[in-house]
Amino acid sequence: MMVLEKRPQPSQRWVFAAPLLAVVLTMMVGGALFAALGKNPFEVIRTIFYDPLFSQNAWFYRPEILIKGGPLVLLAIGLSFGFRAGIWNIGAEGQYIIGAICGAAVGLALYPAETRLIFPLMVLAGALGGWAWAMIPAILRVRFGTNEILVSLMLVYVAEQLLASMALGALRNPEGMGFPGSRNLSQWPAAANKELIAGSGMHWGVVAAFIAVIFAYIVLSRHQFGFQVRLSGQAPRAARFAGVNPGRMILICMGISGALAGLAGLFEVAGPSGQISIDFNVGYGFTAIIVAFLGRLHPVGILLAGGLMALTYVGGGIAQGQLGLPAAAIQLLQGMLLFFLLAVDVLTNYRFRFGKGEVA
Amino acid sequence: MKRRTLLSTAALATTLAVTGLTAYADGHEPTKVGFVYVGPVGDGGWTYEHNQGRLAVEEAFGDKVETVFVENVPEGPDAARVMTQMALDGADLIFTTSFGYMDQTLEVASKFPDVKFEHATGFKRSDNVSTYSARFYEGRAVQGHIAGQITESNVIGYIASFPIPEVIRGINAAYLHAQAVNPDVEFKIVWAYTWFDPAKEAEAANVLIEQGADVVLQHTDSTAPQAAAQAAGNVYTFGQASDMSEYAPMPRVSSIIDDWAPYYVARTQAVMDGTWTSMDTWDGIGAGMVGIGEITDAVPAEVKASAEALRDALADGSVHAFTGPVNKQDGSAWLADGETADDGTLAGMNFYVEGIVGDIPQ
Repeated sequence: MMVLEKRPQPSQRWVFAAPLLAVVLTMMVGGALFAALGKNPFEVIRTIFYDPLFSQNAWFYRPEILIKGGPLVLLAIGLSFGFRAGIWNIGAEGQYIIGAICGAAVGLALYPAETRLIFPLMVLAGALGGWAWAMIPAILRVRFGTNEILVSLMLVYVAEQLLASMALGALRNPEGMGFPGSRNLSQWPAAANKELIAGSGMHWGVVAAFIAVIFAYIVLSRHQFGFQVRLSGQAPRAARFAGVNPGRMILICMGISGALAGLAGLFEVAGPSGQISIDFNVGYGFTAIIVAFLGRLHPVGILLAGGLMALTYVGGGIAQGQLGLPAAAIQLLQGMLLFFLLAVDVLTNYRFRFGKGEVA
Repeated sequence: MKRRTLLSTAALATTLAVTGLTAYADGHEPTKVGFVYVGPVGDGGWTYEHNQGRLAVEEAFGDKVETVFVENVPEGPDAARVMTQMALDGADLIFTTSFGYMDQTLEVASKFPDVKFEHATGFKRSDNVSTYSARFYEGRAVQGHIAGQITESNVIGYIASFPIPEVIRGINAAYLHAQAVNPDVEFKIVWAYTWFDPAKEAEAANVLIEQGADVVLQHTDSTAPQAAAQAAGNVYTFGQASDMSEYAPMPRVSSIIDDWAPYYVARTQAVMDGTWTSMDTWDGIGAGMVGIGEITDAVPAEVKASAEALRDALADGSVHAFTGPVNKQDGSAWLADGETADDGTLAGMNFYVEGIVGDIPQ
């Protein structure tokens, strides 16, 4: 007989062990899946998790992990504030898109000027755009009590339509022969979010992600605001008695995640992606939710989780190209990661008891 | 190996016997050809046909060639990474099969001058980047010709993907030829903003059918509109990108088939021979890049016969799909009587022809 028993306190050990166990379980079940597909599971696992870091071509893949992981970490850090406080911003993807549109629009309005001011202006506009888009569900929630999960999610689709409209209309490249898509910002020095050291993958978005991690760490562990965030999530009533204004908390948390999402979008559009196109967004805003939870909503955890997620993208691409693995198998692997994490998470708050169940 | 030899065409086998063997005698590694796909290989449409082209390359060259592919690659930095990865892994020739890969293809190509790149449907080329596309609008003309005659409601639905010249060209070609055989015909156009999304496509098809369309044309790649038409009954459709013959004879009465195989085989051959040069290819029915799927018996025999005659005339060049007199939507003159459209205008087409109602989304 086996019984699940609630722990008096969440296990500190399992808080750290759960993600590791989830990764191991994912590798095992993933390996079985790959074997069922007729591939050598060890070879596939090695290709996905080891080759991008240490193979002969790793000099190319390592920077790619930074490029892929940068926006994920930036987005996830923003989301973690709200998630800790029980505020569910599911629409980071939309804020990411709007940030990119606003930033790119400010830049393109000044084309083809050459001044060092353009890029900082774009950064500012990107953050503001993402912030403003996040304020819509935040204000609706505070003012009318709407559900921020639904509103922020729905606004993703609105943002996608706006993106298509921009790519086809206002921001379309006048020299693009009628094809959709803006000018390529990364080919215009004043607006380009270039690699800071050539071949390193380090662009301003990656730098911003690292800064966000440090900033979030300090705020959450050392600052009174961090305490209020945690209190709001764990004991909303107690937070209220302690003088935390829930409305203000919603506005601030949504604002932070919106602004960081907007920044991520801007750095992407001015750098790796280069242009506003109909399919500019590739789901970073949603993947970041996985990253945030995989990282235990802790800044350092998110940094590691973002790196791991980026690794599966890069390694997954290699496995497809070299071993003929279908794309869906990689997506399954990524989905399993969150699935197992949530499953294993039970052990943080509960424990197994073996032997004769004492009926409560 | 035996099956491969059997399947390859006689003409191909002869050329191969010479060049393939020399390549072998030199002790060359197998030529490595990479394919970057925007959708899943099982989409039953666009990517499926590119993958058929890849399989044809394997079939034609046997073990003298090695092909690799990555599917579901988003347009953007991910595409650049996948291309670079293929080049690093020793690819000699890389086909990037979506318009949205354009800038990434050029960027990666500039870093690997010895690797040849082929970008589908784009317009930017360089020393080691070729572009290729098919004159799908020729197939659209045949579709319009059939659709105009079989419609009873005179309402033809059109599921459009993105408002780019490629798609607008198709709408115009289909409309002109539908209108030529049926002056009362009306087009209803729904923009799906996707190349492949079965749910959205089915929804679009249902909307069009509810609005009275009894023929639905699609520029999206899934078979969902076919299924929707089948469920509605008495609605005709055409296969898109691939034959979609599983829905024949009704609702699918014909199809436009992208046949990339001859081009892929020829370009791989050119790389093997060392004769590959950067060029722009835009082939139609005549060269076999665009195929018209079998016209089923659901279409009256005389319509079928005239459609086949139009197909053959487009193929031998005696008829151009865009022949004047044609006005633009705003009434201004575009093509004079007997004048045919030039490729430059077609490539950048951003206007509807006269008679189409509605605006191109901006």
